[in-house]
Amino acid sequence: MKITELIEKTGWKVLAGDPAASPDAEGVYCGDLLSWVMGNGEPGQVWITVQVHLNVVAVAMLREFSCLVIADGAEPAPQMLEKAAEEGLTVLASDLPVYETAIMLREAGI
Amino acid sequence: MSTVLRKEYVVVRDDYAGAGKVSSDVKSTLSSIGIPSPVLRRIAVACYESEINMLIHAYGGDIILEIGDDGVIHMTFSDPGPGIPDIEKAMTPGWSTASDKAREMGFGAGMGLPNIKRVSDEFDITSSPEGTTIQLSFKVT
Repeated sequence: MKITELIEKTGWKVLAGDPAASPDAEGVYCGDLLSWVMGNGEPGQVWITVQVHLNVVAVAMLREFSCLVIADGAEPAPQMLEKAAEEGLTVLASDLPVYETAIMLREAGI
Repeated sequence: MSTVLRKEYVVVRDDYAGAGKVSSDVKSTLSSIGIPSPVLRRIAVACYESEINMLIHAYGGDIILEIGDDGVIHMTFSDPGPGIPDIEKAMTPGWSTASDKAREMGFGAGMGLPNIKRVSDEFDITSSPEGTTIQLSFKVT
């Protein structure tokens, strides 16, 4: 699924990046422990996390995730969003907790 | 075996903001010479975990990327200490000595060394109070 379509369906706010240029979403991964995500995530997945530190961007890029969804209304550090924009990583914001955010992705068809 | 490509990097202790820089460069370097994506992803995982270990557990360190004319990719990670007192424990998934500061940023899952070993074709680790060295190799085909 295209990230632009996902945004239309969920209404999530774009915090950084260009959704039109993001790789299509092909699944979902939820996690906040970076090594766990690094070891188990798959390319093309939408990554849901409440981690808002700069290092999240490095993991998302190395793991080749489609985009990042910051759940539970967590507020990303400005440096994180600057880095994401620089790297071309789309960062979306969901006010709902991780579980409900994942359900929205499921209902959106991912 | 002679070396056809060699790059060296320095990792600075506690440089959380710079974490992942080396891994990104290694990945783009190898991508530019046509290394296939599945191999790139394995190397990116190993390199990132090692880079993180150096900045959160060690006093920084050096990373060397080498490709031999046999096509095997070698990576060496060496730091100047303080060493891993019990390698067997450190290799146990979930076991971690990460600081509270590191954990707040999502590190300290205790999956670093197990991840590195899992994605490598060859894995060797030696450690003493004077430093830790990890040598990895990855077959391209």
